[in-house]
Amino acid sequence: MKIIKLFVWILTFLAPLTLPGQGSSSVQMADTFRQEGKIYVVVLVLVIILTGVILFLIRVDRKIFKLEKRIEKK
Amino acid sequence: MQKFSLSWWKIVTIVLLYYTVIGGFLIPVPRLPILNETIRLNYFHTPMWFSMMFQFTFSVWAAIKFLRLSDLKYDDYAVQSAKVGFFFGIMGLCTGMVWANFTWGTFWTNDPKLNNTAIALLIYAAYFVLRSSISDEVQRGRLSAVYNIFAFAVLIPLIYILPRMAENSLHPGSGNNPTFRLFDLSHNMKLVVYTAIIGFSMLGLWLTSILLRLRRLNHFEDENH
Repeated sequence: MKIIKLFVWILTFLAPLTLPGQGSSSVQMADTFRQEGKIYVVVLVLVIILTGVILFLIRVDRKIFKLEKRIEKK
Repeated sequence: MQKFSLSWWKIVTIVLLYYTVIGGFLIPVPRLPILNETIRLNYFHTPMWFSMMFQFTFSVWAAIKFLRLSDLKYDDYAVQSAKVGFFFGIMGLCTGMVWANFTWGTFWTNDPKLNNTAIALLIYAAYFVLRSSISDEVQRGRLSAVYNIFAFAVLIPLIYILPRMAENSLHPGSGNNPTFRLFDLSHNMKLVVYTAIIGFSMLGLWLTSILLRLRRLNHFEDENH
């Protein structure tokens, strides 16, 4: 819960910075891709993968923590 | 029994990584020819090298510490951080190759930056070979610590000095190409790139700490059985 709260807070704090910037449109960028909203698919997929990796890391961390505690008891 | 809770710096790492992935794709970037949209790879390719450098620097510090104090704890520090640093180096090379194929038209060019980095990583690969060839713990620690210092002393000129002295090089930060001046174009890019560098470096720290704690548990088993 704490993580989510912190994350939402930071996103709202930095939201004004995500307004579109200026620049020459002669250079080809993924503009239509963005207009169609497909970029969110990319972001979502990467967020899911990142979440999976982080959950795995936290699980490993917790398992080591438990082992350490068990050894401390001995 | 004490309850498990994530330390504050791990939570910060997670937040920074999420910001990198989300902001890295949604925050606008300058429109540059050749690079086009791949300019965003700066958010993922560059941090790999920074993370590698942090690990290798920590590793050489631990190696010096080990030579001075002969405490095997520092030998563990040195080898585990070198492992994580090597991992990030390989990740950096792979991401760089994909990017090079898009912008330079080939996976590998005979660019001083690329070749020297590959050599530096091979030197670190030899560090692990050296370690596994000695069975005595203290001797292994001493020899590999000396080699670690040598490897770091070669790494710096190979990666940072020689490519800069090169006549021409495609890679930013070598020859006459700018590195961080690229980001002066855009405040937004600086925002994400620094977040990414800190985030991935802290992720490296997290990985090293996990490996180190596993080592400690292993040592404990060895002593008690």
